[in-house]
Amino acid sequence: MITPARTARRRLVTDRVMTALFLAAIVVAVAPLVSVLGYIVAQGVSGITWAFFTRLPAPVGEGGGGMANALVGTLTLIALASCVGVPVGILGGLFLAEIGGGALGWWIRFTADVLNGVPSIVVGVFVYALVVVPMKRFSALAGGIALGIMMIPLVMRTTEEMVRLVPAALREASLALGIPWWVTTLRVTLRAATAGVITGVMLAVARIGGETAPLLFTAFNTQYWQAGWDQPIASLTVQLYNYAIAPYDDWHRQAWAAALVLMAIVLVLNVAARAAGRPRSLGG
Amino acid sequence: MFRSQVGREAEALLLPPGGARPRRWADRTFRGALTAPGLVVVLLVAWIAVELTGAAMPAIRRFGPAFLWTSRWDPVHNVFGALPFVYGTIASSVLAVVIGVPISLGVAIYLAEIAGARTARLLSCLIELVAAIPSVILGLWGIFVLAPWVRTVVEPPLAAVLGWLPLFSGPAYGIGLLAAGIILAIMVIPVVSSVSRDALRAVPQEQREAMYALGATRWEVIRHAVLPYGRSGIIGAIILGFGRAFGETMAVTMVIGNRPQIAPSLFQPAYTIAAALANEFSEATSDLYLSALVEMALVLFAVSLLVNGAAQWLVSRMTRA
Amino acid sequence: MTTLRNQALSDALARAEPAGSVGAWRLRVERLHAYFGRVHAVRGLSIAIAAHRITAIIGPSGCGKSTFLRCLNRMHEVVPGARVEGRVYLDGEDIYAPYVDPVTIRRRVGMVFQRPAPFPTMSIYDNVAAGLRLAGVRDRRRLDEAVERSLRQAALWDEVKDALGKPGTSLSGGQQQRLCIARALAVGPEVLLMDEPASALDPASTSKIEELARTLRETLTIVIVTHNMQQAARVSDNTAFMLAGELVEYGPTPQIFTRPGDHRTEDYVTGRFG
Repeated sequence: MITPARTARRRLVTDRVMTALFLAAIVVAVAPLVSVLGYIVAQGVSGITWAFFTRLPAPVGEGGGGMANALVGTLTLIALASCVGVPVGILGGLFLAEIGGGALGWWIRFTADVLNGVPSIVVGVFVYALVVVPMKRFSALAGGIALGIMMIPLVMRTTEEMVRLVPAALREASLALGIPWWVTTLRVTLRAATAGVITGVMLAVARIGGETAPLLFTAFNTQYWQAGWDQPIASLTVQLYNYAIAPYDDWHRQAWAAALVLMAIVLVLNVAARAAGRPRSLGG
Repeated sequence: MFRSQVGREAEALLLPPGGARPRRWADRTFRGALTAPGLVVVLLVAWIAVELTGAAMPAIRRFGPAFLWTSRWDPVHNVFGALPFVYGTIASSVLAVVIGVPISLGVAIYLAEIAGARTARLLSCLIELVAAIPSVILGLWGIFVLAPWVRTVVEPPLAAVLGWLPLFSGPAYGIGLLAAGIILAIMVIPVVSSVSRDALRAVPQEQREAMYALGATRWEVIRHAVLPYGRSGIIGAIILGFGRAFGETMAVTMVIGNRPQIAPSLFQPAYTIAAALANEFSEATSDLYLSALVEMALVLFAVSLLVNGAAQWLVSRMTRA
Repeated sequence: MTTLRNQALSDALARAEPAGSVGAWRLRVERLHAYFGRVHAVRGLSIAIAAHRITAIIGPSGCGKSTFLRCLNRMHEVVPGARVEGRVYLDGEDIYAPYVDPVTIRRRVGMVFQRPAPFPTMSIYDNVAAGLRLAGVRDRRRLDEAVERSLRQAALWDEVKDALGKPGTSLSGGQQQRLCIARALAVGPEVLLMDEPASALDPASTSKIEELARTLRETLTIVIVTHNMQQAARVSDNTAFMLAGELVEYGPTPQIFTRPGDHRTEDYVTGRFG
């Protein structure tokens, strides 16, 4: 009597087929990652030489050369961006977590998410109008500001999330000791959330370190060492882009090498961020 | 003694972290010091709007709304119509959604409904890493791996079977709208799948069990109970994915072919707003040219506000319910 | 100890024999163990459920009564990490036999949950028709008939017959629960499992559900889990008392409540138990 009828069998088959399709979707979604990583390693390794890390780019046809200036440039831009993005992001995140329960908090949270969704190229155009036009030149400063603006909502929202994870009992214990709220927030709450906040900053750095579009007409690019904060500055991403769309095989090889270095930085930051974020112990 | 201690504790409880009214001046100052950075984002969004509108004004005055639906883009004669870019942007984003959403939903369902906790965590991690690949690297891969693959493996069979449709007609270029759609789909999948996974996880277990108790298979539970319940979150996820796709710059610029035309075939090159900005902005020779480019940036910005606002609203409604 | 319990069990079974229908067991459970990961929730439970009777399962929270209930239509295994050992016979057939599809079992053994969970995107009509549609019924007339019959059985028809197109969530809590009962009845189950069906409802709705259970007894076998002893005493024919995953005592309801054989049962029904 408990034998599956024809429809029951059809339903069972449909169930199995759908499950297989979902698994296939996973494979399709992960395949590009495997392919990208595979090609970067295969094509990029040969370009990773001592010269790549120590020399300036060589003119077309000369061969050799490296991306030392772009590597330093990317690090400089990240540092500049962090000066803008980290303090504003962390304090804003504290605001959202601690006193952002009302309408103002809702609007700020909403705007932060919207700002996070604004295309990075638009941020580039904004900073162009804001900084490049008045200064009449592309500059490291403009690039740093553009990346910094992108960093703010990223750091803000993760900080909020991490601070919210801090148990209320910890705060209350501190307040009950008569410690003022502002000291409690900085010394107890924020300190308890430190690991999480660092995770957020690292992920934000990984994200902006790979950005190209907002730098195209803010930081621009240069084949030389940077000459100052008000001068154009090279970056791995813009250099990679210029090399990739150029018609020279030698440049393509360097582009793959740059991709390998950039991807390694991004991966290390992501993995480290996860490692730092994991122990959610709130002791010290 | 005892009373005062109780009093202080009660005070601490009445003055929770979100403390209604910190009395000390230091607390008040600190409150301000936190509020100001929070307000920075609001200020920034408003500022972007004002700054872009101002810089776009010459083009807006000169061409009016027709800017959006005329298609002559001629820097030499200072005539600018953005239609080919608007078309390329919409077409590539729609293509990304069409390709990416079914895959994303499959991923989300697998992660939320089928995989065990540990497998789901591992796979989520891998898919988040796809999102972490810098756009310019994906573009490099697009030029040298994806485009040739599209030209030799994807387009010929499509043309052979569906070539009678204008959509799949003409020679296989590799570089073009289809390649852009695929690369955008790759970038959209992590966003759409993780947001819809969260939407599916928010579906109460009771809904699943009620469907199981009626004699449903797992697929039927997903199809009739889980997906309908999570639909507003899923729609939010799709809109969010669309928003991610249409503002994407580097990867698209590198594989779409950058030709301002409106061709019926997906195999043909096209051009997007973001790509035009990337390529032409630092080379714009006249003020009007620059202004026209800024106006396109303004369009991107406005659409991103609308799309992200709508998506946030839908997703938050889902998770609040 | 084991023999003693088995002795008690067989005594209980003998006492629980419904008069006039000797041997009419709908469900027979043998040495059932249920686990959540490492948690051993049901420990070697054996019981027989009489056809066309209401059997109440009572016991303190955490005693495994809900888990036990969910083993009767293979709902337990829906939870990740859940595992079942032992035998459950439905009309003499082992529902845990390897060739048995749990989907068919769940159609024959319906279930109503603690919190009413109508499908929010479906109308009242679609909620009731959901199970039949799953089974491939497309004929509009058959669906109409089944919907009306089930809603009448669930004593909800008169209240909703003019609003069948409204969403199921527009009803009150008590109505929603009766809608869920109608939804379970529509597929024509032989057994209805009720997991604390009234615990989330007001007293008026509760008495409606209890009344309903009494009428449904004519056509169905009902197993009801409840933490409310008055409810068990009011509605059930037989009562089983569970403690820490084991069956302590099982017998006709009046006997369990007035002359329990085990002191733990006595402690519990008289309210002396933690």
